[in-house]
Parts: sequence; structure tokens; C-alpha cells
Amino acid sequence: MNKKMKITKGAVIKEPGSTVKYKTGSWRTFRPVIDYEKCIRCGLCWSQCPDMAIEKKGNKFVINYDYCKGCGICAENCPVKAIKMVREEK
Amino acid sequence: MKRVIETSHAIALAVKLARVKVIPMYPITPQTHIVERLAEFINNGTLDAKMIHVESEHSAISALQGALLSNVRAFTATSSQGLALMFEILQIISGMRLPAVMVIANRALSAPINIWNDHSDAFAVRDQGWMQIFAETAEEALDSVLMAYKLAESKEVQIPIMVNIDGYSLSHVYEPVDIPSQTLVDSFLPKFKLEDYLDINNPKTFGPIGFPDSYMYFKEAQHKAMKNAEKRIKEINREFKKKFKRSYGNGLVEEYKIEDAETVFVCLGSICGTAREAVDQLRVKGKKAGLLKLRYIRPWPSKSIRKALNKAEKIAVFDRAFSFGSEAPLYTELKATLQDKQINSYVVGLGGRDVTIEHFKKAYRMCSKNKNGWLY
Repeated sequence: MNKKMKITKGAVIKEPGSTVKYKTGSWRTFRPVIDYEKCIRCGLCWSQCPDMAIEKKGNKFVINYDYCKGCGICAENCPVKAIKMVREEK
Repeated sequence: MKRVIETSHAIALAVKLARVKVIPMYPITPQTHIVERLAEFINNGTLDAKMIHVESEHSAISALQGALLSNVRAFTATSSQGLALMFEILQIISGMRLPAVMVIANRALSAPINIWNDHSDAFAVRDQGWMQIFAETAEEALDSVLMAYKLAESKEVQIPIMVNIDGYSLSHVYEPVDIPSQTLVDSFLPKFKLEDYLDINNPKTFGPIGFPDSYMYFKEAQHKAMKNAEKRIKEINREFKKKFKRSYGNGLVEEYKIEDAETVFVCLGSICGTAREAVDQLRVKGKKAGLLKLRYIRPWPSKSIRKALNKAEKIAVFDRAFSFGSEAPLYTELKATLQDKQINSYVVGLGGRDVTIEHFKKAYRMCSKNKNGWLY
């Protein structure tokens, strides 16, 4: 049996921003891959990602695979089809 | 000040005296008079509260949850189908440990459609982590609402509570009620203050996911809080007596002529008055009857019940709800609490069927032959 963890009354989490500790990248079946040759830097993927897993780095948009769940909204909405969904395989 | 008023209005006065700030309401018979009177109080400026007109009971209870999370005292009331529609949110409120107070004007569940009194609504939600008290009189209804706020908001408890009043046979009944002054109530009920609440300057997360590695701990904590409530109910009952000069048994149960009783009736709510009269009439004929009125079904006061019924030879328990395919719910629990006693079950008053002194006398006779039954 596991050791009992400390809990708060009513499961209140008193420190904000704790969800970053919980990495959801393993949920993914398909991984979005950006082709930077095609990418026009419009930022649509960045603004539409429901998990805020696309970050703006310099003049590039980079996917954070620690949190990307692979929903594919970015690939679906990319106006120049620069994002491909690739099956996660070992 | 003593006045003859309707129980629903006594409850509205208690809500006003408790300085409730938010009242999300959806009307349903027979609870409606409570909300109507509260709307009048707000309209004539004697109650400084926000009434939220919602589109369903599901929304009423959700708004109640939101109000409490914003750190204010809140109130709502419902009955029967309305309580059924609230079901989803009930355990969310108890699981989040919000000290909600809700009055249920008890009414039968459909079908067939029935707007009259029984306890099928209260028992349908028995295991949702809310405390449940049943009032017998208009005075007790008013007092129970005040005590409910104090109990639910106690740090070692902090769980929601339903104050049950029998639809019509209590909700619409006029009785003399001693209405306490605002000063007295203020000295009894502290200001509402949650440890954790929605505050943009101090953000916190409420209602997160509980994975299998933690969920059981939260449920165990709810049970422990409910057990803490047993002690707290007794303390509050004593404090109430000091301030308001009246109290209700030990807070959890109330005994009537039980000391030398051979057969003891056990029941809830407004029919306890009828049971007392039946006890008196049986005693005139030399039959040693008594009454144990249960005020609470959650927390289940097993210790108080065992103590009170220690000497009783026969016990007749009256249920106004039924677990189809099994047996009456109070009967089941009482048997589990008193495994060495003769206990008989009487199902009475479903869907507003009258419960009379004759029913208690008949049960007394049946009990002496160790027979159970549905009495109409």
C-alpha cells in the first residue's frame, strides 16, 4: 500500500499554476511537426492551441511536447499546411 | 417576540436573521412560500441580499455553490423533483466542503405526480455527504436554520446541511413562534468567513481532479467531518439553550416518556407531535409507550440511539420512504444500530397520506405480536 499523502480540506490547491507540474505529453497519439520552410509565422497555431503548448521563441513558433496532447487543431487550421500530424512510434 | 406565523415564513425570517447575502431560487411546491417571503424582504429593503432568478434547480444549487465560494452566506430551498434535479451538484458541494444550508420542504417523488408530503426526496439523497436534520414544529424549523448555519460553518465540520420540513403538514402550518432579536442572533452566529475562497488577489484552485492515489482520502475526510458534527451538534444545542432559552433533546435525538417505556416509537419530523399524543393516550390505558424523535439522520446518531433505547423491549419505527425491493430505510439503519432488539417496521404517510393517532395505536398492537406492515 502507498503511504498516505497530505490533503487539503475540499481539495483546494492553494498555490496557483500547479498544472504545469502535470505533463500531459504522454496522452498524444499524433505529434504535430512544423515544417519551418513552409511556415509563414502567422501565429494562428500559437493563438488557437487549447493547451498553450505552442510557444513563441524569437521569430519562430515552437511546440512544447511536454504538454501537447496531439489534438491536431494547429495542423487543421494552418493556412499553408505547414504542420503534419505524425503517429507517435518507438 | 411571539407571533403566530406560517413555518415557511418562520424559515424566511431565520434566513434574514442569519444575514444571508445570496439567494438563488427556483420555485417549486410546497417550498414556494419561503422564497416568496424572502423576495418581499428584499423588495421592502429589510433584507440586504441578492436574489438570483435561475432557470432550474440545477442552476439554483450551482449558483449557491458559486456564492459560497465567493465567501458569503447563501441560501436556497427546494422539494421533491427539484431536489432530484440538483442531485449532480450535491456531492460536488459536500466534496468541496462548502457550508451550504438548504431547506427541503419534503414532498413525494413522481410518478404518479404527487405534491404532498413524505420523505422519499430526503432519503433519495441521503448519501451525498450532506447533514440532514428534520424539524417537527415551526419554532424548531426557525431554530434549526440558525443552528444549521453555525454547524455547517464550524471549522471541524464544514459540510453542507439540509433542513427538512414536512411539506404542507409543517411548511404551510401556522403556529406560535418565538422570533429572536437580531442582536441575539448576531451574538450566536459569527460572521461568515471561509478559509479558502475565490479572490483575484490570492488565486487558488477549487474543484480539481482527484486521481485514484488521493480520492479516497477526501472521502474519508468527509466522513470524519460528519462524525465531528455529532459532538458539535450537542455543543450548539447547549449554546442555543443558554442564549435562546430552548433546546431540542441532546441535539441529535429527543426523548419523550422513554424512561420506563416498554414499546418505543421512533420517527422523524412533524408526525412526532401525533406520536406524543398517541403515547399519552396509550399510557392512560396503562400501556407503557414512549417516543424517540430523531432530529438527524446524517450524521446517524448511533450512540444517542443506543443510549436512549437501551431499556426498550420493543421498538416500532415509522418510515415515510421506502427502498423498493428491500425495506424501509430508517428500519434498516435502526436494525444495524440495535442488533439485539426487537424492531418492527411501519411504512406510513407516503404521498401525503394522513398519519393519525390510530396508526400509532395499531402499530403498538402489531408490535406486540412482532408484526411489520404498511399502514394506510
